[in-house]
Amino acid sequence: MTNITMVEAVTKALAYAMEHDPDVVIFGEDVAKNGGVFRATQSLFERFGSKRVLDTPLAESMIAGLAIGMAAQGLKPVAEFQFMGFIYPAFDQIISHAARLRNRTRGRLTCPLVFRAPFGGGIHAPEHHSESTEALFAHIPGLKVVIPSSPARAYGLLLAAIADPDPVIFLEPKRIYRLVKQQIIDDGSALPLEQCFVLREGKDVSLISWGAALHETLQAAERLESQGVAAEVIDVATIKPLDFDTILTSVSKTGRCVIIHEATQTCGVGAEIAALLAEHGLYYLQAPIMRVTGYDTVMPYYQLEQHYIPSVTRIIDAVTNVLE
Amino acid sequence: MQFAIRYHEFVNVEGEFTQDLPEMINNRALILELYQKMVLTRAFDSKAIKLQRTGKIGTYPSTLGQEAISVGYGKAMRTDDILVPYYRDYGAQLQRGVSMVDILSYWGGDERGSCYAGNTEDFPISVPIATQNLHAAGVAKAVQHRGEPRAVLTTLGEGGTSEGDFYEAVNVAGAWQLPLVFVINNNQWAISVARDVQTGCETIAQKAIAGGIDGHQVNGNDVLAVYYVVSQALEKARQNQGASVIEAITYRLCDHTTADDASRYRPDTELQIAWQNEPITRLKKLLTKHYQWKESDEDALQQDCYQQVEHAVKQYLATPRAPVSDMFDYLYANLPKQMEAQRETALYYGETDD
Repeated sequence: MTNITMVEAVTKALAYAMEHDPDVVIFGEDVAKNGGVFRATQSLFERFGSKRVLDTPLAESMIAGLAIGMAAQGLKPVAEFQFMGFIYPAFDQIISHAARLRNRTRGRLTCPLVFRAPFGGGIHAPEHHSESTEALFAHIPGLKVVIPSSPARAYGLLLAAIADPDPVIFLEPKRIYRLVKQQIIDDGSALPLEQCFVLREGKDVSLISWGAALHETLQAAERLESQGVAAEVIDVATIKPLDFDTILTSVSKTGRCVIIHEATQTCGVGAEIAALLAEHGLYYLQAPIMRVTGYDTVMPYYQLEQHYIPSVTRIIDAVTNVLE
Repeated sequence: MQFAIRYHEFVNVEGEFTQDLPEMINNRALILELYQKMVLTRAFDSKAIKLQRTGKIGTYPSTLGQEAISVGYGKAMRTDDILVPYYRDYGAQLQRGVSMVDILSYWGGDERGSCYAGNTEDFPISVPIATQNLHAAGVAKAVQHRGEPRAVLTTLGEGGTSEGDFYEAVNVAGAWQLPLVFVINNNQWAISVARDVQTGCETIAQKAIAGGIDGHQVNGNDVLAVYYVVSQALEKARQNQGASVIEAITYRLCDHTTADDASRYRPDTELQIAWQNEPITRLKKLLTKHYQWKESDEDALQQDCYQQVEHAVKQYLATPRAPVSDMFDYLYANLPKQMEAQRETALYYGETDD
């Protein structure tokens, strides 16, 4: 058992995978000697050598394209994009090829790879470093999109992502990289992808969230409890494919649902969850579904970012609303 | 420091040698084989266009006039080298376990056409321009990682060399000394945009210099020159001596695809001149003058190619359509349970929709 932060859990999972699977290779910008700008690949270069931990030239489409070629050859690339805001040059490679290679060759060539990227706001970063655009990837057939929200889930989900035979976009909410420490057992145990995690049980309202926003959601649930409201909190974790069964089971019990995510509202993953609830859970609902999300604005530069990111107060207000 | 791009050619339009042949290509059997493969490629290509015109396949990019490139580099590759092509490479693919039926199926709208029974590692035809060059760099990195004496060859058109992915691939090929060869089909046209509008570079090959790798120009209508230059570049790659860019200069005698009408933008006189330079006639002249190739040999070859193509077309036309379930069954290794209902819906309507 070690008590570690989420970014340390990422490093531990990478190290475990590299130790136990010689085909796992890590590359990206500044991931080798520097250990990554967030230190997520700290010491891996020293431990596993320059053959398996590589600094690439500075070109994101190239990082994705290399990973596709290497994966098709049977390696298991885990490539880092330094920030999600810089992943867009790789979009064509990810959408047109990584997501499609298995399908378009009818399984002859496959893409067992992981694209990691820190994402989201809240660390007073420069412009273009704070967006949450996970929905762009969740829209694409052939991808899986995973977002951890604690050290233990980062460890278990990353190991599952690396073991997965298909391309996984693994988005790490950097605001909570070092927010809390948690005991984890470094034994290589993976957590299931395709499954939500019920973090807190409650009978009055279902709070559905993922990533960093889960921390405000949990704080809101604490405060609501002191007001006599029992909120159930679900960490979606894998937003694609979406474990809707767990969400529906919860809403069928509580009859009320608030979805909380940091990303922009329109066409966000919250919209998909709300649509699924409307299709399959309408008769369980005793109040309209509400969303507490980032606004449909550009993610503001850091002076205003706390006004964009869903706050505990906004979540509590939404819950109060659906309980009325 | 001096930078130079060499130009390579052995056979001119009259079918005469422009220089003595190096030993490795001074071989009648080889020259004959290259000729036969070009004739077969053209026979296939011309049939494919007819199939498109009669609605038997969809939009199809022809390789007319550019056969020397794919046939030449295809012959230069070893079986265990790996090809990461674009979409005018039939002359090579047909030498590498990709069947005519595969190619017709692909352009006939069937993904099974990229599931080559005869080749496990080559990449399928790539449509998004120059993206494949980066896959090739990744494949080359994997080969290098395992220390295997194999080379990777990737292709693109001259228009594709304006893409960022091409430059990024050339750059990493130089930075990591990858066992990778880029073959550029410079057919002078990127749909309607002429080569001189595409770039201010004097040669396409010189783009290699910025990446720190070798650049060569070759007469892309001279199959011997293509074969020779690519053979050397591949061998260099296999020995981990670095990557190369080879610009093969030819002319697109066809439209961009069957959906294009080049007469809208291409001067007819230019096309007439280009026909004088095409690759098959010059080699036939060479074979006739220097290697006792007779009209009866030619007739027999044409007949043989015709039969091979007809046989493949028959097989293609008799292939049943893929089941509707295929669109779900190869998306992931295991279909997520969330998608089972959609699959059932597709199967249900699949019985009635047509």
